[in-house]
This record gives sequence, C-alpha cells and structure tokens, in this order.
Amino acid sequence: MNTLRKAHLVIAGKLSLLVIGMFGFGYLMVPIYNILCDITGLNGKTSSVAAVAPAEVRDTDRLVTVEFVSVVNSSAAWTFKPTQRTMQVVPGQTYNATYEVVNLTGKPAVGQAVPSVAPSSAAKYFNKIECFCFTHQEFEAGGRKEMPLIFFVEEDLPRSIDTVTLSYTYFDTGEKPAGAADS
Amino acid sequence: MSAASAEHHDHDDHHGPAPGWTRWLYTTNHKDIGTLYLLFSLVMFFIGGGMALIIRAELFQPGLQMVDPLFFNSMTTMHALVMIFGVVMPAFVGLANWMIPMMIGGPDMALPRLNNWSFWIMPFAFLLLLSTLFMEGGGPAGGWTLYAPLSLQGGDSFAFVIFSIHFMGISSVMGSINIVATIFNMRAPGMSLMKMPLFVWTWLITAFLLIAVIPVLAGAVTMLLTDRYFGTSFFSAAGGGDPVMYQHIFWFFGHPEVYILILPAFGIISSIIPTFARKPLFGYASMVYATASIAFLSFIVWAHHMFTVGMPLAGEMFFMFATMMISVPTGVKVFNWIATMWRGSMTLETPMLFAVGFLVMFTIGGLSGLMLAITPADIQYHDTYFVVAHFHYVLVPGAIYSIMAATYYWMPKWTGNMYDEKWGKIHFWVSTIFLNVLFFPMHFVGLAGMPRRIPDYSMQFADWNAVASIGAFGFGFSQLIFVYVVLKCMRGGEKATDEVWEGADGLEWTVPSPAPYHTFETPPAIR
Repeated sequence: MNTLRKAHLVIAGKLSLLVIGMFGFGYLMVPIYNILCDITGLNGKTSSVAAVAPAEVRDTDRLVTVEFVSVVNSSAAWTFKPTQRTMQVVPGQTYNATYEVVNLTGKPAVGQAVPSVAPSSAAKYFNKIECFCFTHQEFEAGGRKEMPLIFFVEEDLPRSIDTVTLSYTYFDTGEKPAGAADS
Repeated sequence: MSAASAEHHDHDDHHGPAPGWTRWLYTTNHKDIGTLYLLFSLVMFFIGGGMALIIRAELFQPGLQMVDPLFFNSMTTMHALVMIFGVVMPAFVGLANWMIPMMIGGPDMALPRLNNWSFWIMPFAFLLLLSTLFMEGGGPAGGWTLYAPLSLQGGDSFAFVIFSIHFMGISSVMGSINIVATIFNMRAPGMSLMKMPLFVWTWLITAFLLIAVIPVLAGAVTMLLTDRYFGTSFFSAAGGGDPVMYQHIFWFFGHPEVYILILPAFGIISSIIPTFARKPLFGYASMVYATASIAFLSFIVWAHHMFTVGMPLAGEMFFMFATMMISVPTGVKVFNWIATMWRGSMTLETPMLFAVGFLVMFTIGGLSGLMLAITPADIQYHDTYFVVAHFHYVLVPGAIYSIMAATYYWMPKWTGNMYDEKWGKIHFWVSTIFLNVLFFPMHFVGLAGMPRRIPDYSMQFADWNAVASIGAFGFGFSQLIFVYVVLKCMRGGEKATDEVWEGADGLEWTVPSPAPYHTFETPPAIR
C-alpha cells in the first residue's frame, strides 16, 4: 500500500510542479511577447526611445505618405486632433508635426498618448526624435496644448509600402497633478 | 501483489455506500463522484440551454423584442461559459471517474479524497458565476473569451467571474492530476499502455492538456483582475500594455481547450463503434498516435483565432498551414472509424445512432473548420455566424452527442437496467433533425455576413434566423426526452446482462450489472 501511495504522491507532486510552471509561463509570455514585438514590430508599436536623426539622404525622389490619426480612449472628455491630416515625406529626412489637445474634463488631469503604426511591418522604420508620447502631459481644467512630434521614416522602409498611418490613442491616466484638490 | 491484497483488507470495513445524503457529500467512491459529475452536468445543460433559448428567442425576428442588449450579451457569454466549463468538461470527468478505473482494472481513482474536492468545488464555482447575473451591472457581457479591454469595462461582478473561473480551473487541474495518477499507477498487472481502451488513452492525453493550459488561463484572468483592481497595465495601452497580447495568452489556452472538449469524445466513439460493428477497432495504434499528434499540434495553432488582429504575413501563413495539418490526424481517426464499420455486422441501437450521428456531423464541423483556417477566407468569416455554425457543429453533435452516446452505452452497466430503446431512438432522431434545422442555416447567414454576439440584425437575415430559432426550441425541448429516458432507466426496467451488448469488449463488461460499489479490489487477469 505504501509503495502505491508513494507512487501517487510522486506523480501528483511532479504534475503540481508542471501546473506551477505553466502558471509562470503564462506570465513569461508577457516579456516574450514584448521582445518579439520589439524585434518584428508585430503590434505596430514604435520605439519609445528618441531616435537620432540620420546623416544624409540617398534617394530624395521617393515619397511616402504619412497619415495622422487620433483616437480618444473610451469616454474620456478630451479633444485630441492632429493639426495636419497627411504629409508627403522623403524617407530619411526629418519632419515636424503637431497634435492639439484640450482637456474638457473640467478638472486638472494627466494624459498620455500611445502610438501605433499601420501597417505593422512599417513600425520599426518609423522613428521619432522627439515625441509628446514619450511623457505624460499635465493639464489645468480646460487647458489646451499644441504638442510637437519630430520624426523620420527610415530609408530601409520596404518599397512595397507607400503609405504609413500613425495613430495616437489619448488616455486619461486619471492621476491629478501634485497639489491638485480632490474632486 | 501482497501490497495490493493488504489494501484489500483495509477496505473490507465498509462495503456499500453510507446511508443518507452525506453519502454524496463525503463520498470518495469513484462511481458516486462520477454520478455526481454527470448529474451536475445534466442540470447545467438545461441552464445553459435555457440561456441559448433566450438568445434564439431574441433572434427570432430582427429588432429588439425580448431582452435588452446588455442582458443578451451576458446570455451569449454565460451560455458559452456554462456549456464549456459546466456541461462538457464535467460530463467527461464524470465518465472518466466511472469508467477509467473499471476499464483498467483498478479498484478506484488514485486520489479519492482529492476527487471529492474536485467535484464539490464545481457547484460553488457555478453558483458564484450564475449569481453575477443578479448583481448590479449584470453578469459578464464581453464574450466568454473575456477580451480586454472590453471585459474590464463591465460591472463590478467581474471579480466574481474571475474567481469562479479560478475555482473551475482548480477543479479541472485536480481532476486531471487524479486521472493521470490513476492511469499510471492503478492499471491491473498486464494492462500495458498499448492495451488500454482508447477512452483511457484519450483521457490521459486530455489530462495532460488540461494540466498544461488551465494554469495559463488562470494567469491570463489573474492579469485581467490585477489590471482592473490593482493598477497593473498588462493589457492597458495607456500603461504600456497591449490588448492583443491578451488574445495571444488566452488562445494559447483556448486552442488546446478546444481539443480538451473533443478528445474524450473520440475515445467514446472508439469504444462504441467496434461494439456495434462487431469488429475490433481498425488501426488502434494509429488512433493513439493521431490523438497525441492532435494534442501536440493544438499548442502551435492558437493565432488562427485572431487572423484579423494584424499579423505579419509569415505568421498568418504559419498558423494557416499548422491548422490545416490538424486535419491529417483527425482524418486518420475518421477513416479508422469508417473502416471499423466497413463490412461489420452493424446494428443501430441508440448509442450507435449517436456515434454515427457524431461521425457525420462532426465531420461537417471539421470541414467548415478547415474553411476557416484559410487566412484570406477567414478575414471574411471572422466573427460571423459561420464561425458559430462551425463550433456548434463540432460541440453539439460532437462533444454533446458523444456524451449522450456514452450515457446510453454505459447506463445499463451503471443502473443494471436497460434504457427504453424506443424512446432513445426517438430522442436521437428528433434531436438530430432539430439540431440541423438549428445550426445549418447559421452557415448561410454567416456567409452572408451576419455578425455574432449582436441582438439585432439586418432584415435580409430574418428568414434563416426564424428557422434556426424554431430548430433551437425543438432541440431544446427534445432533450426532455433524454431526461425521461435517464430517469426511467434509473428507476427500473428490463434487467441488463453483465455483458449488456453482444459485441462489447473490455473489462467494464466483466463485472456484474449494475456495477457493484467496489469493483476490481482484486486485479483481474489480463489476457
């Protein structure tokens, strides 16, 4: 009896370790996914680190259309719009663009923009030298800001892509600036 | 051997079941627990079915008539959760409890106390889940897949949903550990792995799938919970997370889960068809390897559920071809079943009717699955009623029919009485006709573009939706025949012989009918 009982416990123990391991693997998928996305641009995420402007442009004849899109997340009371709809850019050259944000929540608030590039295969060729999406923005009630973006599209962008869509989603991160009164 | 007979003497103190209702509460007997699981599953089948009828009543006509859209959405969500976790999985575990020890010549499950816990967690898990329907803000309404961020935007009942899923998961994992330990340690001497009945084999593989993926689901829903209540941002883009990642983690669980819901059915069908064809199963070894291949492939195809999220072309191609590859081992199985019937002395008693019905209609579902695997086509089919038709064809005439076939097949052994053959056959034919009236038109409206999980629809889909709703009510109410046959068989009837079926093969047919409370306390001799 005891040998059989021991055999049961050995199997149950080993399988329990597998259970714990697979639970951990579920969480391990988070960094794996992020690394894969960094390498492949799978989810359209662009780098959140400022890039360095390229030195010289080899082909000034090629033009790529960049479209600017904006979305305000769920029901947050913000106005968030690009000041330009599209731009014709030469890959390798740096350009300036701006987005305009108005806080309509009626109280001080903090917002954060999250970028996404479509098609996702273009994401890793889209570089930002300066971007409002690198930081949070603090707003007074009714506060309005023009926010800058300096970017370039790498010359290595595959020839098959002639339009790149840059989409920002604006999130109300819910934090209030330090010292603001509770409402 | 001496160790086994020593155990034998310990057990002699208690022969039969304890009297009174505490028998069921404290039981560690595999047959009692199997019965509890099966009855629980039957009750949940009617609860989940009632939800389906609310859905079909609303969809009988275009426009909003019966229920408000939020409640409709929580019905689609709950229907799925109840049917998957409350009906199909417990029914298979119940069958495993009843049959695996008898099939391998063991006296009971390896860990009887754990077995009791596995079952008794379930009623509480579902009480918790169903109670969310009566809470402020309603039950979960974002689909059973609980995709973030939608699932995070519902009412505060969300935490209860997550906890109930945790409970179901704990129950399934404990049940699976028990089944693996039973199969590895409790086989009668001489019962080598390759002599095990296929039902035991498919359950062994299913148990490993459950142990591997249920913890991943537990992790995914825990991330949802912490995102919602503890300020983490796994799936919130504002905090640097990614909602698409939820879909990857979920379907890494979700696709093996699909095979968890069908592999034991393959085992049941592989037991029934040889009995009524009066021929041994064609290609036993290939059946075992096919099952194992399906289980392996199930881990590398998950992203075919999310072809529309925007994947690189190479990824879409990989998941498309990997998915299509699954039809090879599945095809091996289907052809083996057909070859088993080929030139057999077939008779069509109720279990065989359900098995043949399974074979035909599961293959229809498999074929539409193959269509859905084609990436460019899937972009059209995605989230339409075509998908609904597909997975209902593999789950209802697939998983559910196999459970009913198993019930008719083994019920004489469980109760000692033959079921009512006439009403069993009526149950099969009425169910089969209404089932096809219910699900087949969904292919048409799906191909025409009707989206799933929407309480209202365009006029052009009205006719086929009305037909489907009629089928739904017909199918739903015809299951009362099943209840009638089961209850009648439990109460009495023509006495069953020990062998029950003329062509039956296997250890479970060597014990008396009804099976005594303790079987194979002395291991049987295996030829």
